[in-house]
Amino acid sequence: MWSRQRGRLKPLCCGVEELRCRRREREAALRKARREQQLVSKRLLRDEALEEAEEGCVAMIFGEAEIQQFLRLAQRGTEEKEREGALVSLRRGLQRPETQQTFIRLEGSIRTLVGLLTSNQALLQLEAARCLHELSHSEQSAVVEACLPATSYLLTYLSGHSSDFIELCLYTLGNLIVESEAVRRQLLPQGIVPALAACIQSPHLTVLEALGYALSQLLQAKEAPEKIIPSVLGSTLPQHMLQLLQPGPKLNLGVAVEFAWCLHYIICSQVNNALLITQGALSTLGLLLLDLAGAVQRTEDAGLELLACPVFRCLSNLLTEAAAEAVGGQLQLRDERVVAALFILLQFLLQKQPSLLPEGLWLLNNLTANSPSFCTSLLSLDLIEPLLHLLSVSNVVSVLVLTVLCNVAEKGPAYCQRLWPGPLLSSLLDTLAFSDTEVVGQSLELLQLLFLYQPGAAQAFLQQSGLQALQRHEEVAQLQDRVHALQQTALHG
Amino acid sequence: MQLPPALHARLAGAPGSAEPLPVERDPAARTAPFRFAPRPVRFPREHDFFEEGDVQRHLYLQDVLTQVGGAPERPRVPEFTCQVAGCCQVFDALEDYEHHYHTLHRNVCSFCKRAFPSGHLLDTHILEWHDSLFQILAERQDMYQCLVEGCTEKFRTSRDRKEHLVMRHLYPVDFRFDKPRKSRGPVMPGAAEQVLAEAPGDDGVPSEVDAMEVCSEHVEPPPAPAGERRAYSHREMELVSFSCPRTVAQNLA
Repeated sequence: MWSRQRGRLKPLCCGVEELRCRRREREAALRKARREQQLVSKRLLRDEALEEAEEGCVAMIFGEAEIQQFLRLAQRGTEEKEREGALVSLRRGLQRPETQQTFIRLEGSIRTLVGLLTSNQALLQLEAARCLHELSHSEQSAVVEACLPATSYLLTYLSGHSSDFIELCLYTLGNLIVESEAVRRQLLPQGIVPALAACIQSPHLTVLEALGYALSQLLQAKEAPEKIIPSVLGSTLPQHMLQLLQPGPKLNLGVAVEFAWCLHYIICSQVNNALLITQGALSTLGLLLLDLAGAVQRTEDAGLELLACPVFRCLSNLLTEAAAEAVGGQLQLRDERVVAALFILLQFLLQKQPSLLPEGLWLLNNLTANSPSFCTSLLSLDLIEPLLHLLSVSNVVSVLVLTVLCNVAEKGPAYCQRLWPGPLLSSLLDTLAFSDTEVVGQSLELLQLLFLYQPGAAQAFLQQSGLQALQRHEEVAQLQDRVHALQQTALHG
Repeated sequence: MQLPPALHARLAGAPGSAEPLPVERDPAARTAPFRFAPRPVRFPREHDFFEEGDVQRHLYLQDVLTQVGGAPERPRVPEFTCQVAGCCQVFDALEDYEHHYHTLHRNVCSFCKRAFPSGHLLDTHILEWHDSLFQILAERQDMYQCLVEGCTEKFRTSRDRKEHLVMRHLYPVDFRFDKPRKSRGPVMPGAAEQVLAEAPGDDGVPSEVDAMEVCSEHVEPPPAPAGERRAYSHREMELVSFSCPRTVAQNLA
C-alpha cells in the first residue's frame, strides 16, 4: 500500500496550454544544462516564472532603514505578535535580490538573524529560519555565503524534534549544498553526514523527504565520489535508506523517490558497491520493483515513473558488479517475477513516458545477458511478442530490444527453437529497412544466430525477400562484411 | 503493447525461477565478422544515456521546491494554553504548539531549566554541569566530548574542546550551545544553600549573557513573585511538588 503525502502542488492560475509550453521550455533548459554538466545548479532549482505568477503581490524592496527597523522590532519588540510580524515582513522582502543584497551588507544583520534562529522563542525561530531559507535560495554567491555562520546551528537542529523546523533546515541546507564546493568544504567537517544519519531516523515523512532531497544534492556534487560518498558509505545512512525503500504499508512515494535517487548517485559513482550488495541492496530493490509493478496496475498515480527510473538504474548497475554474481544464488535475482514486473513497467512507460523505455530495457539486458534462466522466462512467459512491439518506438529502443533478443538466441538451438516461427522474422525484415546503422547491425547479428541455430530460418528468410532487404546495406562500411557473410550463408547454407 | 494475461497472475504468484533450457553454443557464433557477445552494461555518472531521466527528475524537483519555504496555511483551532507547568503561552495552531513544545520543554535541564535543541546536547550539558563525578574524573582524564555527532574525540578541558570545534569542525567561536560553566564549584543537589545564595544572573540561571536566548527579558518563566525566582536544586523540586506551598528556606530546615 502506498501512502501519498499531502499534495504539494497548489492550483495554478495559468491555462493548460501555457503550462505545457512553459514545461517544454523548462525541459529544454534542463537538457541544455545537463549537456553542459550544469544540472546541479541553483538557478534551475526553482522555476522563477512559475513563482512570480503565483505571488499575489510582488514583494517590496526594502532599504537599509526598513531592514534595521524590522530587525530591531524582531529582537526587542514587546508584543510577541509584533516581533513575529516584523520577521514575516522581512522574509517577504528577502524574496527580492535587491533586498537580499542590502540585508547582507548591513552590519550585524546576519548575526541578529542567527541570534533569532537560536533564541528560545519558538515562532521567532521558525520565521528566522524562513528568512535564512530565502537567502539560501539566492543565485548570488555573496548572499548564499552570508548564510554560512548559521550552518553549525542548522546541523545541530537536525537532532531536534520539531518536524516543521527540521524540514526547513534541511531544505535550506540543500540549497547551501548546491551552491559551491567551498560551502560543502565547510559542511563536511561540521558533521553534515553524521547529522543526516541521526536525522534519518525521524518518523516524519516530510522530514525524510527533505532529508532525501538534501542528501541527493550532496551526492550529486562533482567531488562526491572522492570526498563525500566514502563517508556516507561508512555511516548508517545506506542501511536506513534501504529500509525506507522496502515495500510495505509504510512505503511513501515522495520519500522513496528521493532515496532511490540517492542510491543511484552512490552506485553509479562506483565507490564501493560490494558493500551495498552485502547490505541487501539487490534484494530490496528487486522487491521494490515487484511492488512498483503492482502499484502501476492498481492506479493511474502520477509519479511512479519517477521512482521506476532510479530503481532501474540502481539494479542495472549493481548487476554488473562481481559481488552480484556471488549473491546470484539468492532467490530474488533468479525470481522470474522480476521479469514479469519489468514488462508491466515497460508497458506503463510506453504510455506514460516513452523516453524512459531505454532505461527499462537496459535492465532487461543486464538481467538476461548471462542468465539462461531469465532468457527461458522470456520465452515461457510469452514476452517475445510484446518485446517486438517496441521495435517501432525509437532507434535506441530498437537496438536494445534486438540486443535482448540476441541474448536469448545466442544461448543455442533450444532457445532459437522457441523463437521460431512467429513474428520474429517479419520484425527483422522491418528493422533491416531502417537506416540507422546500429539497428541494422544488431539485426544482422540476430540473423546470424538464427541461421546458425535454427534450421529452416535461412530458407524462410530467402522466401520472404530477405536478400533484397540485405542488399541496400552492401555498401555501408560497418555493415558490409556481415551482410556478405549472411548472403553467403543464406544462399549456400 | 499487449501483455499476455497470465503475466499479471505470475507477478502475483509465488517466487520462483524458470528451469533453464539447455545452453549449447556453437563456436561459429562469435567468429568474425560477427561480434555479438552478451554482456551486462554499466553506465557511469555523467553518461549521456542518463540525460532523459535526469531531466525528468529535475522537472519534478523544480515543482517541489517552488512550494517550499513559504509559511503554509495552518488550520486554526480554538485557542489553548501550553500545559507545561509555569508556561502560559497560547496557541491557535497545533504545529505552532509542536514547535514551541520541542524548543522549550522537550530537552530541558531539570537542574537549571536551560532548554537545548537536542537530547544529545542536553545529556552533555547535564554531565558537564551537574555531575560531580564528572568533575572528579575530569581531573585525571579527557572527559569533554566533542559536540559533533560521530566525532569521538575527548578533551581535558572545555577550552580544548572549543578549540577543536573551531579548528577541526569549523564551528563558530561563539557557538551558543557550548558555553563553559562559570561557577567556582560544581552545581549539585546537596549544595542547595549555595545556589540559593546566588542572585539570579549567576551560574545556574539563564542569564543575559547566556546565548540560549537573544533577549533574556522575554524568557518564559512563570509569573512568580520576584523573591521566588531562584534556581531550585533538583532535589528541592521533588519536595515542593509534594508538599503544600512553603518557602524554600522552610523546606530546607
